[in-house]
Amino acid sequence: MQATATTRPISRARLRPGAAIGRYSLRGVAFLYLGLFILIPVAAVLQAGFSNGLDDLRAALNSFGARNAIELTLVMAALTAVINGVFGTLLAYIFVRMPFPGRDLLSTIVDLPFAVPTLVAGVMLVALYGPNSTVGGWLADHGIHVIFARLGILLALLFVTLPLVVRAVQPVLLELDLAEEEAARVLGAGSWTTFRKIVLPALRPAITAGALLVFARSMGEFGAIVFVSGNIPNQTLTAPVLISQLLNPTNYGSSGGPAEAAAVSSLLFGFSFVVVLVTERLSSRSSGWFFS
Amino acid sequence: MTTVPARPSHPRSRERLIRGALIATALVYVLVLLVAPLAGIVYYALKAGLGEIGTTYNQPDIRHAFYLTGIIMIVTVIVTSVFGVIVALVLARDNFRGKALVSAFVDLPLAVSPVIVGLMAVLLFGRGGWFEPFFAAQGIQIVYALPSMILVTIFIAIPFVIREVVPVLEELGTEEEQAAWTLGASRWQTFRRVTLPNIRWGLLYGIALSAARSIGEVGAVLIVSGSLQGQTETATLYILRAFDQYQDQQGYIVALTLAAFSIVLLIGIETLKRRSTRRAR
Repeated sequence: MQATATTRPISRARLRPGAAIGRYSLRGVAFLYLGLFILIPVAAVLQAGFSNGLDDLRAALNSFGARNAIELTLVMAALTAVINGVFGTLLAYIFVRMPFPGRDLLSTIVDLPFAVPTLVAGVMLVALYGPNSTVGGWLADHGIHVIFARLGILLALLFVTLPLVVRAVQPVLLELDLAEEEAARVLGAGSWTTFRKIVLPALRPAITAGALLVFARSMGEFGAIVFVSGNIPNQTLTAPVLISQLLNPTNYGSSGGPAEAAAVSSLLFGFSFVVVLVTERLSSRSSGWFFS
Repeated sequence: MTTVPARPSHPRSRERLIRGALIATALVYVLVLLVAPLAGIVYYALKAGLGEIGTTYNQPDIRHAFYLTGIIMIVTVIVTSVFGVIVALVLARDNFRGKALVSAFVDLPLAVSPVIVGLMAVLLFGRGGWFEPFFAAQGIQIVYALPSMILVTIFIAIPFVIREVVPVLEELGTEEEQAAWTLGASRWQTFRRVTLPNIRWGLLYGIALSAARSIGEVGAVLIVSGSLQGQTETATLYILRAFDQYQDQQGYIVALTLAAFSIVLLIGIETLKRRSTRRAR
């Protein structure tokens, strides 16, 4: 009896009669919280989006420049994911493998977008690159337009999502065994070959997961974009800004309403949900959670 | 003989060059992308002098906007941290079918557009919404009022505490908790005396992220609030109006205030954490 009790893991439920009740009530509270705050709202938007089958979606796509808005949103999000995927990996690599004075300060600065409200990020870009500012005026004289142009949207998205890849890759890199890289070096591989053949394959799931999160965040971004883009239909109007315009009561009737907004939202939501599921699969295979 | 040391030294100096180039590239990227805009807003907000800041803060509609943002932040932080710790405990300690799916749902608010979150609230509580008849019968206004603004902000801030606390709990293991348990501590005592002190830095950082996100939220709040000046206008919604009405100076000042608050909060907690972990060693 004694032997079996010590070798077999004793479940808490058997140690304490009340423990099972405690565990189930904790689980119940967690499910209730997530169900009320996440599941029901998601169900509502999907129900509204598809209540008329695909008709609302088709109608929305064929008017209000929705098709162009969704295309622009996807292209900008993809570009952001690629650029910040590359620079995020570079930054993580520097933070872990290349000590230099001021590294901690740089690391703190990289986290700033987590703190700065996205709307304020947009305000910052307008302050710096706006037509009335010194820098913006100079750039405009040289034919480069940032504000009310796609370049501004890209800069805003890059700003807001910079820490995501860095913080996804960094913990994996920290845990990576240096021995393999040293072996490659000793065998005569250059630093680029070592990185490409040894480090990169190990980081790939984390980089992909981080970049997908960047893609999802960029797809839905509103605050950082709304000032910067100028929201010109068919040119710089992104899907989230379009949804907000469709939902503005003063625009009801003349340019769609909640039904069309729900249709576009459902489509956008579908993309986001797929991205989250893929990210979850990837991160459960690699080291896990981001932001750690 | 003399040529032998020359060869190995060549790749090493090349290596150093590559290293320098990589660091320089990263530095330039961060400077242009993050630091320059930050410097820009500080310059434009402070350009008019401190007197302008004083008059901005004394404007009643701006005061009310900050007050509203404060209330939303406090309620959001309380709800997302209390329930966030419970969800984190379940995700880290409990095992059940479909846990991966629950974990994906926790992450969903990070990926869903804030404007879609606003739409969700309109669909649930607005005219013809699922819960509208119930709350209308009670005489409680949800949409275009504070309750819906708090609800959407909670939705958006749900993941932060959970994502900070789960990895800490997983790394912690259950040994200490089981020891307390065996020694006769109750569930609550075990949590308060053993688990909570161990997760406190993760929890605090999650709270800071949650607070930063809730004072900065604009898309969802814009849709559900109706932006009634002096009534349902938060600080971010005021910024939107300020630039619409060519009050750029006030807009810059309020924007800088929000950014400064979140930055001080996050850096402060990170510094405290670093100091305390150093002392523990």
